[in-house]
Amino acid sequence: MMLDKSILLTIVLAPLFGALVAGLFGKRIGRVASHSVTIAGVGLSCALSILVLYKLVWGGAEVFNQNIYTWFEVGSTSAHVGFLIDRLTAMMMVVVTFVSLMVHVYTIGYMAEDDGYERFFSYIALFTFSMLMLVMSNNFLQLFFGWEAVGLVSYLLIGFWYKRPTAIFANMKAFLVNRVGDFGFILGIAGVLLWFGGSLDYAAVFAHAQDPSLDMASRSVELIAGHPWQVATIVCICLFIGAMGKSAQVPLHVWLPDSMEGPTPISALIHAATMVTAGIFMVARMSPLFELSETALTFVLVIGATTALFTGLIGVVQNDIKRVVAYSTLSQLGYMTVALGVSAYSAGVFHLMTHAFFKALLFLGAGSVIIAMHHEQDMRHMGGLRKYMPITWITMWIGSLALAGAPGFAGFFSKDAIIEAVGESHRLGAGYAYFCVLAGVFITALYSFRLLYMTFHGKERFAVVPVKQHHGHDDHIHYGPGELAHAPHESPWVVMVPLVLLAIPSVVIGFLTIGPMLFGDYFGNAIFVREANDVLGELGREFHGALAMTVHGFTQPPFWIALAGFIVATWIWLFNPRIADKAENALRPLHTALVNKYWFDNIYQAVFARGGIRFGRGLWRGSDAALIDGAINGSASLIDQASALLRRLQSGYLYHYAFAMILGLILLLGGSWWVLTRIAA
Amino acid sequence: MITLAHFLTLAAVLLCIAVAGFFINRKNVIVLLMCIELLLLAVNTNFIAFSRYLGDPSGQVFVFFILTVAAAEAAIGLAILVVLFRNRATIDVTDIDKLKG
Amino acid sequence: MTFELLCFYFFGTVAVVAALSVISVKNSVVAALCLVLTFFSMACVWLLAQAEFLGVALALVYVGAVMVLFLFVVMMLDVDFAPLREGFVRFLPVGVLVAVVMLVEMLMMIGVRTLQTPPSEDPAMLAGMSNLEWLGYTLFRDFILPFEIAALILTVGLIAAVTLNERKRSHTKLQNPSRQVMVKREDRVRLVKMAAEKKGEAAP
Repeated sequence: MMLDKSILLTIVLAPLFGALVAGLFGKRIGRVASHSVTIAGVGLSCALSILVLYKLVWGGAEVFNQNIYTWFEVGSTSAHVGFLIDRLTAMMMVVVTFVSLMVHVYTIGYMAEDDGYERFFSYIALFTFSMLMLVMSNNFLQLFFGWEAVGLVSYLLIGFWYKRPTAIFANMKAFLVNRVGDFGFILGIAGVLLWFGGSLDYAAVFAHAQDPSLDMASRSVELIAGHPWQVATIVCICLFIGAMGKSAQVPLHVWLPDSMEGPTPISALIHAATMVTAGIFMVARMSPLFELSETALTFVLVIGATTALFTGLIGVVQNDIKRVVAYSTLSQLGYMTVALGVSAYSAGVFHLMTHAFFKALLFLGAGSVIIAMHHEQDMRHMGGLRKYMPITWITMWIGSLALAGAPGFAGFFSKDAIIEAVGESHRLGAGYAYFCVLAGVFITALYSFRLLYMTFHGKERFAVVPVKQHHGHDDHIHYGPGELAHAPHESPWVVMVPLVLLAIPSVVIGFLTIGPMLFGDYFGNAIFVREANDVLGELGREFHGALAMTVHGFTQPPFWIALAGFIVATWIWLFNPRIADKAENALRPLHTALVNKYWFDNIYQAVFARGGIRFGRGLWRGSDAALIDGAINGSASLIDQASALLRRLQSGYLYHYAFAMILGLILLLGGSWWVLTRIAA
Repeated sequence: MITLAHFLTLAAVLLCIAVAGFFINRKNVIVLLMCIELLLLAVNTNFIAFSRYLGDPSGQVFVFFILTVAAAEAAIGLAILVVLFRNRATIDVTDIDKLKG
Repeated sequence: MTFELLCFYFFGTVAVVAALSVISVKNSVVAALCLVLTFFSMACVWLLAQAEFLGVALALVYVGAVMVLFLFVVMMLDVDFAPLREGFVRFLPVGVLVAVVMLVEMLMMIGVRTLQTPPSEDPAMLAGMSNLEWLGYTLFRDFILPFEIAALILTVGLIAAVTLNERKRSHTKLQNPSRQVMVKREDRVRLVKMAAEKKGEAAP
């Protein structure tokens, strides 16, 4: 049975239609119509994605791999728009459209008072379209299109409040940092085109990579004479640099925390659940290429492990509720990358899926808190919100438990699988990675529960100031930190429903799907792992069902480490808040490093930003002003002087011109006579 | 027996007279215009001679067109001359140097 | 020496002498008349080359129209030709030198190939028609578009000559029909109210 092409096209185009209608006619058709049309589009897309997943998994549908439309042809190279729908894609489609749908509904409540309401809906629907194009692509060029399109929408949404200088700075930063990654990515694509059979089609490239007669694993090229490099390593590292930009891996992670300048719904959708995981998805999709290069996988592993531990540490000292979640996202992306690095691609994608649900939940919950606190994001001015907003409180607890890896919750299965896979791996750097991910578990628990305690528990650190002088009712700006116009309240139902709907998979999705996804043959041929690297296969021999794993989980080190984190967090932030200050003083250098985010931003500012400006100024003064302007002005004045000489010839007297003509005629005649006599002779 | 060379030589002589006219009458625009007519006459004679000796009517057709253009040119040239004289009260070429660079 | 060649020499000599007069006489009217003579002689030479139509056309168009125009202009303009002759003697050697050099060169060019081609049979006769027919067929069959363009150029030349010499006359009275139609009573008649005059005070 084949999947219907028209269904797939509808999945992609329905959000695009919504985006166009809301974007072009938003002001004319109004708010309700704008959100209706985009939600209808994404909802349709989500329903059909679930249908496609159902058909692939239970309906026995074959993998769909077809070109739909020929974009252009240049000689023998042609670019197509086409879809590759296997179970990996189908899973991504369901995750993307489901989270997107939830975020759409949530946005009705979150953005209710914003002027850019219609624009926002248009952007997020456009994002859904772009992300679907990315995951459904069957070739590198369309992947790159989707890659850039989600980057563009991310840029637009981070700078959504374009009157805030910080937002503009953040979206420029995100765009520029992503350019670095995208440059690597497009180099990687060029490498694929050059060395892997001259095609950009996944199937053709992977077939070329796996063809034993070509032996791509041992093929090398000398980019610098005398230093042969394995082709696969070059290509894979370039591709992974793209993933580092998009999935915010150290050292290209700096844009993600700043992207929290955007509205919270997009933080949930783009900067937690979907877009930032595009890099993970891409590497998993390219597993036949990455399997060729041990070096590239080691690189992936080390980068991922570093990201997982060190960005998590920063999260512990952040006070902005969204930034804590953002650093947690970075850390979790590091986990996924570590999984890729040990060839446990399924585990990475599995964690991607569970993470999408619980991290979207956490972000939306944080957004709900922010609504309640009238756009106050500093946790130092929160506390005790539990009694004002019980549903948000419960769902946030669920999300945090899932994040921290409490046995039975979704995050437990995926994260445990990654940790065990790292433990099994014998790859270079696996020891370092194992340490990082284990330490990361402690850190994760620490900042997760710190967030919960500072926000929902303890004393109320805000004051309700009902009326303040002559200011208007909605005038938040004139309230000081920690002052609210009226008491916090639970958010409207459009905010609550997505929280609840996301909380459910955050609890159960791991339990339900770990069997087939990690140890079954869910992914089939979508993910390729070499026999020697198959750590998940080894784990699978000890796997006896999700329930057994849950029970077994209580005896494993990750659980105890997480529990230790939980206890420390509880002890410090629930009962003895002063200890935090003492610890801060005791560990002053470490704290400074963390607050300054290891000075990455400062270094980038000093080296790249200022260096770029200085370099540009040098070029302007040296080459533009001196060289080019000199050449232009010089040639102009040269012509000026030449014509000053030449104008003397223009006497204006007719007979001078006639004389010149006749002189020329005489010369011509003499010349032709000379030539003709030579020819005649 | 009139040969091709006869015609060509006659045309050449006429042409040279016209050229000499340019030099010795360098001030009088009317004579200059007449010299142009002489030049064209010499050229036309060449065309006719070649047309006759090569048996191709295109040469004569060409002369026909040259006559047309020359007539138009003479008419406009004289018209300009009249306007010039009316405006500047002279037809001395040495006085007309407005186009000096 | 055949009769034709004799005629050729005769007309050629007349043409050359007349041309020399054109460039050398003092009076421009005489120069124009000499140019007429040159054209006429050359028309005869063209006849010797069996180009009857063009010969006649040259006589008609140039002698009859263009040269009359020249004469007309020369006589109409009140030009003092004396100052225009200045420098005549001074530039005579140069002019003669240049002309002679050119002539020598051209004659050498003619001599490169021995162009002593004897005249073949008249091509028009060979085609079985008169020169006029021969030329006409070519002109209206192969060159019809250039012919039309030539007509257009002549028209443009005509219009240009007229426009160049058009003068705004200052004292001409013209009607303006649109203003005439639009005129109103108030423009023409003005009613003035004034006090009635008493009897006895009237002026004597």
